[in-house]
Amino acid sequence: MKRIYTIEDACIGCHLCEVGCITEHSQSKDPVRAFLHEQVRPLSRCTVEEGDGGVISLSTTCRHCDEPDCLRACISGAIQKNDAGVVRIDTEQCVGCWSCVMACPYGAVQRNLTKKKANKCDLCPDRKSPACVDACPNRALVYKEGSQK
Amino acid sequence: MNYVIIGNSVAAVGAIRGIRGVDEKGNITVISRERHIAYGRPLISYLLGGLITEKRMAYLPEEFYEKNRVNLLLDAEVVGVDSARKQVKLAAGDSIGFDKLLVATGGDPFVPPIEGLAGKERIFTFTTWDDAEKLKAIAADVERVVVIGGGLIGLKAAEGLHLLGKKITIVELADRILSAAFDRPAGRVVAKKMKANGIDVITEDTVVRIEGDGARISGVTLKSGDYIPCDTVVAAIGVRPAAGFLKGSKVDVNRGIVVNNSMETSVKGIYAAGDVAEASDFFSGQKNPMPIWPDAYIQGDVAGTAMAGGEKAYVGGLAMNSIELFKVSTISMGITNPVEPKEYEIVTYQDLENYQYRKIVLQDNRLVGAVLVGQVDRAGIFSGLIREKVDVTPFKEHLLAPDFGFIHLTKEIRNTLFAPYGKVA
Repeated sequence: MKRIYTIEDACIGCHLCEVGCITEHSQSKDPVRAFLHEQVRPLSRCTVEEGDGGVISLSTTCRHCDEPDCLRACISGAIQKNDAGVVRIDTEQCVGCWSCVMACPYGAVQRNLTKKKANKCDLCPDRKSPACVDACPNRALVYKEGSQK
Repeated sequence: MNYVIIGNSVAAVGAIRGIRGVDEKGNITVISRERHIAYGRPLISYLLGGLITEKRMAYLPEEFYEKNRVNLLLDAEVVGVDSARKQVKLAAGDSIGFDKLLVATGGDPFVPPIEGLAGKERIFTFTTWDDAEKLKAIAADVERVVVIGGGLIGLKAAEGLHLLGKKITIVELADRILSAAFDRPAGRVVAKKMKANGIDVITEDTVVRIEGDGARISGVTLKSGDYIPCDTVVAAIGVRPAAGFLKGSKVDVNRGIVVNNSMETSVKGIYAAGDVAEASDFFSGQKNPMPIWPDAYIQGDVAGTAMAGGEKAYVGGLAMNSIELFKVSTISMGITNPVEPKEYEIVTYQDLENYQYRKIVLQDNRLVGAVLVGQVDRAGIFSGLIREKVDVTPFKEHLLAPDFGFIHLTKEIRNTLFAPYGKVA
């Protein structure tokens, strides 16, 4: 299946992948509306980390593992892997126990504390390629076929 | 090939997927003594407290059993296993044959023989959906509850009952609650929060007598001599592997069913997984029962794969718990409270006023344990470092940082995990 990969040396720490992700998962799918006018702004499902005052940076996100630790730790069954291989979370079913946060070695599950729900990458089901990849101006994010974990 | 699985919780689900990953054709029969399809067992406290409805108890997508062609026998108890004839005997009298058998029956709550307990009506255990239903059914009539045991089950029962507005006292024999997962400071942080919410936590004491006339409970007397009035008691001392029905089967049972690294028991063709099994520990390799949800899934997967002729080795159980009590998040994993602290390097950060605590346990520059209270985001990075036995020397000073992340690790590790040419690429 296709997964999102990061070329660290090409990342300039602009956080546009996060902007793209938040916009895609907002109600309006418009960045200005999503950031300024929508009451509930989604959490970004990718996380840009910066070090040495911005000299090093990279965007980290879900690996959609073949044997997902988050799925195995999930106590409510909210996390399932679909036939296409996408590891998705059913927000209705999630009880906010953070077992997935405990288990994911990629640090790729976020806690939405307002909604008390876990939050993770869904590979943008409505798009050809994920919003973070399309938003990256430096092509530091690559969406390509990858083998299993 | 006929696969029979006794038990229908997370280990069974891992096993069904494990079998189907190798063998699409074989017959799978799942036998459960409970009347429900697989449910999120840890959710029973949420159900009791009214946080979720029954509809959300289902652990699996509706089509799971059909899609995996599982023959499901609910409300059926296995009373014996004949290893020689390869049959399981049901309480109803009939027998079912198997080629490969998985025992994934979990644990039975242990109720100690306390004076005055016999004949009392409102003594409950709290490990099944039906337990939660029973408590819920009489809840309107309950005022004060004593919970015996301050482990995970006791605390979750207390939380559920607290949500229903009941007055709760927890009595714990150890010097702190959650002694298996927490050290003293973490136990204290959570106990403080519970007390702030009106729950009494009594430690280093235990219930020696249940008082009351006939079936009615009026209170409990503690070893210290204290008397606590109550009308209901929840016994949450612990669970014991539910393996009693294996008597005479030649399957080796110690504290749990002893298994090798394919989850096979002492009898060829019979496997065990989950809380009922005694598998090897991640660090010591010694056999231990490990009642941990993700571990039960992994053991089930390993067992199912092996039963179907595939190969997957169990790397050892790693204890981990994510517990939120009264809005304080806690995550603990691995060795959190070493018996011989001198052999370990332990670093901590405390801000008890704000319910924040971090503890990192290292051995030979490898991370072996962590406790996080309050800020628990990305805790899984630690579990990855433990599992992969990563040398933390280059980034040791960052381990306690609240924003600890991949940026603190080496570029080599980052590339392995995320680059297009890394291990996942």
